[in-house]
Amino acid sequence: MTDHVSVSQAAGAGSAPLLRVNDVTLKYKTAEATISATEKVSFSVNSGERCILLGPSGCGKSSLLKAVGGYMKPESGTIEVNGRRVEGPGADRIMVFQEFDQLLPWKTVIQNVMFPLIVARRYSARDAEAMAREYIDKVKLSRAVNSYPHMLSGGMKQRVAIARGLAMKPDILLMDEPFASLDALSRRTMQDELLELCNSTKVTVLFVTHSIAEAIRLGHRILLLSAHPGRVRSEIDDVDRAIARYGSPLALEKEVHKVLFMKDSQ
Amino acid sequence: MNSIFPDYRLDEVDTAPAAAVEPIGWSGQLLASAGAKRAAVLIVLAGLWEGYAIFLDNSLVFPRLSETIVTMFELLLSGTLPERIVTSLEYLAIGYSTGIVLAAALTILAISSKFGTVFLETVTAMLNPLPAIALLPLALIWFGLGMGSIIFVIVHSVLWAVALSTLTGFRNVSQTLRMVGRNYELRGLSFVWRILVPAAFPSILAGLKIGWAFAWRTLIAAELVFGVSSGRGGLGWFIFENRNRLEIPAVFAGLLTIILIGLIVEYVVFGAIESRTVKKWGEQARQ
Repeated sequence: MTDHVSVSQAAGAGSAPLLRVNDVTLKYKTAEATISATEKVSFSVNSGERCILLGPSGCGKSSLLKAVGGYMKPESGTIEVNGRRVEGPGADRIMVFQEFDQLLPWKTVIQNVMFPLIVARRYSARDAEAMAREYIDKVKLSRAVNSYPHMLSGGMKQRVAIARGLAMKPDILLMDEPFASLDALSRRTMQDELLELCNSTKVTVLFVTHSIAEAIRLGHRILLLSAHPGRVRSEIDDVDRAIARYGSPLALEKEVHKVLFMKDSQ
Repeated sequence: MNSIFPDYRLDEVDTAPAAAVEPIGWSGQLLASAGAKRAAVLIVLAGLWEGYAIFLDNSLVFPRLSETIVTMFELLLSGTLPERIVTSLEYLAIGYSTGIVLAAALTILAISSKFGTVFLETVTAMLNPLPAIALLPLALIWFGLGMGSIIFVIVHSVLWAVALSTLTGFRNVSQTLRMVGRNYELRGLSFVWRILVPAAFPSILAGLKIGWAFAWRTLIAAELVFGVSSGRGGLGWFIFENRNRLEIPAVFAGLLTIILIGLIVEYVVFGAIESRTVKKWGEQARQ
C-alpha cells in the first residue's frame, strides 16, 4: 500500500543517533479530561540531519517537540539526547517558536542574540558580541543590530530568533512552525535561507510543520503523524530519493497528502 | 524602457512625483505642538485666577496669582520653603522605597506558590481600597506622634498598589517568553530578574506611578493632621501653620509647590524612565 515509505523506526545504521525518542506517550490535562497527544511514538534523528514532524493539527507534533525540549514529561517512554535522558529544558536544545514575542522586547537585536550566550554559556560580553555579530551577519541583519524587536517585520524577527538559536551551537535546534505566521513570500525566502544556514552550520534540526510543501523543501527525513491520538503513520527516510521516485516535489506532495488523509479502514 | 508587461510602459508614469514630504514651517509646527497648546491653557487659567482675585479684592480668601508667586519666591529665598520641601521629600523617599522593597518581596513570595498568589490577591483586594489616612489613628497608637506614623501610612499607600500591578504584570508574561527563559536554564531569582521583571516592566512602572501619587497625597494629608516631629514639619504642616496665621498667600504658595513637585515627578522623573524603557521597547505603561 505504501511501498514508497518504509513504515519503520529503523534508525540510521552506524553511529548512535543524536536524538532517540522511544515509545513516548504524551498526555495533557484540561479542566474536563486527560487528552492523549501522542501514543507510543518512536523515532530518532542523526547528527546533522533535518527531521520534519509533519501532520494535521491534533497529531501531537508540537507536543512531541515540547517534550524533546523538556517542557512536557512523557507519560511513558523515554527521550534521550546524546545518550542523556531529557529531564527538563536545557541550552543543549534550543527552541525557535512560531510566536514573534519569543524575542525579548527590552533588548536590541544584538543583545537578544548575546543574551543566552552570556546567561547559559557564560561567555564574556566581548566574546558574546563577536559571536552574535557573526550569526547576525549570517541571517543578513547586520543593518538592524541595534534595532529593538518592535521595529522589525515578522520575517526579520524570526531571523533574529534563528540567529540566536544557531549562535548557541546547540546539539539540536527545535523549530515549532517558525514560518507559519509569515506571509507566503517571506515564508519562501526564509525556507531558502534556513536551508543555506543549515548546510553551512551542519546543525541538527527537528522541525514541526503542517505544510507538506515546507516539509519536502526542508527535510532530509519526514515523519508523517496521524491525529487523535498522534501516531507515526509512516516515514520518508530519504526525501531526495522519494522526489526522484515520484518525478517531482509536487508529485511527492500529492502522494504524502494521500497518505496523511487516507482512512484507517482502507 | 524594458517592461515585462507589454500593455504597460513604465516611462509613462515615471514623471516627477509630487513631493512626499512638505515642510509645514516653524509657525505651523508651533501651533501643532502639544506643548504650545498646554502653555496656552496655562496662560488662560492664570489670567482667570488673576482676574477673579482682582474682582474679589480679598486676599484673605483668594489672593492674586502675582501675590502668591511673589510670596512663593520670598519663601523660597528665605529658606523656609526649601526646608519644608526637603522634610516632606525625605519622609516620602523613606516610605516609598520601603513600600517598594516590601512589595517586591511579597510578590516574589507570591509567585513562588499557588497559595502565595491567592494570599497576596486576597490581602491586596482587602487592603488596597482602605485609605491610608484611615489608619492614621491606629498608627499614632502604634508608632507615636512623629516620623514612624507617617512612614507607616505611606508604606501602606504604596505597598498594595505596587504589589498588585507587579503581580498582574508577572502573570501576563507570555508563555513563550517563559519558555525562552527556561530554555536558557534560568531559574529562581535569576529567572525573575532577567525575564519576569523586564517583561512585566510596563505594568510595574504603572504601579510605581500610582504608588507615587498615593504616597504624595497621603504624606500631605498626614502632615496636615500632625506635622511637627522633633520640631520639623513638611509641606502639609506648612500649609496648616500658615492657615492658622491667616497667611493665605503662603497657603496658596504651599499648594502651588505641591502641584509643581507632583508635575515634576510625573513628567520629568517618570517621563525620563519611560523614554528610556517602555517607549524604546515599543510598549506603553499599562495597568
